[in-house]
Amino acid sequence: MLSFLLLYQDRITATLNVFALQSVMLTLAVAWQAYSQGAPHLLVTALLALVVKGVVIPGAMHRIVRRLEIHREVEQVIGGGPTMLAGLGLVALSFLLVLPIGKSGRALTNPLVREDLAFALAIILLGMLMMITRRNAVTQVVGFMSLENGLVLAATGAKGMPLVVEVSVAFSVLITLFVFGLFVFRIRERFDSVDVGALDRFRGERGEPS
Amino acid sequence: MIEPIYALLLTPLLAVAILAAVSNYRVGAAINMVASGLSCCAGVALLFVERVRGDLLIIDDFNIYLVILTTFVGFTTSIFSASYIGHELETGRLTPVFLRFYHALYQTMMGAMTLALVANNVGLLWVGLELATLSTVVMVGLYRTPAAVEAAWKYFILGSVGIALAFFGTILVYLVAQDVLGQGLAAMRWDALVREAAKFDPQLLSLAFVFLLVGYGTKVGLAPFHAWLPDAHSEGPTPISAVLSGLLLNVGLYALLRFKMVLAANPAALDVGKIMIGLGLISVVFAALMLYRRRDIKRLFAYSSIEHMGIITFAFGIGGPLANFAGLLHMTMHSLTKSAIFFVVGHIAQVKGTQRLDDIRGLSTTHPTLAVGLAIGVFAIAGMPPSGVFMSEFLLISSSFPHAPLLTAILVIGVLLAFGALVLRLQGVLFGTPSGERGAVRATYIPLFIHLAIVIIAGLWLPEPVIKWFRIVAAQLG
Repeated sequence: MLSFLLLYQDRITATLNVFALQSVMLTLAVAWQAYSQGAPHLLVTALLALVVKGVVIPGAMHRIVRRLEIHREVEQVIGGGPTMLAGLGLVALSFLLVLPIGKSGRALTNPLVREDLAFALAIILLGMLMMITRRNAVTQVVGFMSLENGLVLAATGAKGMPLVVEVSVAFSVLITLFVFGLFVFRIRERFDSVDVGALDRFRGERGEPS
Repeated sequence: MIEPIYALLLTPLLAVAILAAVSNYRVGAAINMVASGLSCCAGVALLFVERVRGDLLIIDDFNIYLVILTTFVGFTTSIFSASYIGHELETGRLTPVFLRFYHALYQTMMGAMTLALVANNVGLLWVGLELATLSTVVMVGLYRTPAAVEAAWKYFILGSVGIALAFFGTILVYLVAQDVLGQGLAAMRWDALVREAAKFDPQLLSLAFVFLLVGYGTKVGLAPFHAWLPDAHSEGPTPISAVLSGLLLNVGLYALLRFKMVLAANPAALDVGKIMIGLGLISVVFAALMLYRRRDIKRLFAYSSIEHMGIITFAFGIGGPLANFAGLLHMTMHSLTKSAIFFVVGHIAQVKGTQRLDDIRGLSTTHPTLAVGLAIGVFAIAGMPPSGVFMSEFLLISSSFPHAPLLTAILVIGVLLAFGALVLRLQGVLFGTPSGERGAVRATYIPLFIHLAIVIIAGLWLPEPVIKWFRIVAAQLG
């Protein structure tokens, strides 16, 4: 579990490889959950995470990036330093928010579940931070995916949550890739750039029909 | 005979399968209409059968009315859409291939929304809403103009972040419930959640609600999270604007209200009402001010939707039988009126060939029937008597004034500002020097005038059973 701490640092300068690494870590975490909860169906979730998010999606994204020849640019709205600080702040916030809850003794009496939840919340918030600070459409997608990773972590940490939910999450990730891929190509087609900033001129009131 | 509830869910599913295979757009539009009509019949039939209360599905007084409303508007919109897309094909904005896609997605969205409404499981509700959102995202981007792609992208990013946060909230609700209700499906059932809410840990429950509020609030289009809404409304095909505005926003709000019921049952948890009042007021005032600077007719009415969602959220935030009654009535009236407006706006944009308000002039001389429809719709949505919207707003204001005079005053100012803006814009569109071609309209006026007639009749006289029914639901909402 602690290895997630390393990822926080790496993720700020995220690349697709880090995302793949994160997914592998997620797999391990979920598998560990499956073992400790004695719930074999979680292994299915773990396997899904490994295959889909660890291999297929990063592979597909690499292809998209190569085909569009955009791997050089990692544009940021805010510089690396402040983003790091903001990320650390978010992690601290999520721990401060979640850890005291069990103290009242009525819910989440198991400290492990609590920590799991705190980690998940931290990953979700970091994913959002990444979406906000990157202007490139592809990195935004990666941010969203890692957000979804956090969700899976939280869902598996919740003991006995029905499988319905896990399947739906896996499903949604697939749709996500499908739709994102579609959009990335459409954006490419229209603007010759995957920079979301290029879309800005259409924001707000539509001026002249272009 | 099959149970209506299964018919309700299976009809769209079957329709999707058939529509995906049908390449002729006329046949597709017809099937779309038939399927929506059947869903609507199934929705009404729910009234006459025993209430379902299972592990996955639930039918109670609250959602039965929303199911009927949703399927009804879905049905009328499909009629409108059939006449709308014919024109889009002629002008070449859409191709038959896309239409095949469009019809299948339309049914996907309708099915997903009804699934979300009848779900007795917080997870299933989430799946339904997510599916509905994804299908609308693709439809918004259907025209593939740069503006449409941007709108769809924005909607997609904001929508998925919202839905992800809502999912986290759902997990938290499950976590909080499993200590009391045990593991598995039992801890995700609405009826169980509401019944046992008093035993839940208040802190975690409040935390869960914050995530749910931000998540589903994004769907509703409440003010700080509304950025996707005007773009998505104005760039997508108009039938989609009608169902987005009239239905999807309602379903998002429905989810919020369900969770509000859970929190209301726990005295130590966050006071949800206050937050909802705040968000509602911000939405109303913000949207009312934004109305003045709009230049695109569909954006204008998209902001008006934000305003009305704000009013409804405010009503439920105030709470109590009267304000809840007003909120429910307003939800219904807004759905009917706003979709009617989008029907008429769709035709106007087609005959004038533009959505820019400045270029739509003198409608009363070129297309009198459309002009009359628009005028009635706008006056109804702005809350003029004798429309149903007037009645619900009046009820709301008179019921909330004794509790919170200051807040109500702000609400009234917002509503009046919006009224002024809408009338100002309407004047320009209806009168002035006629612009554009006088081309004949081939439009169906049936859905438009059915909606408007219901709204006006409801304003003058609400049938006794409906009143009784709304009362029961309002009392349930607390």
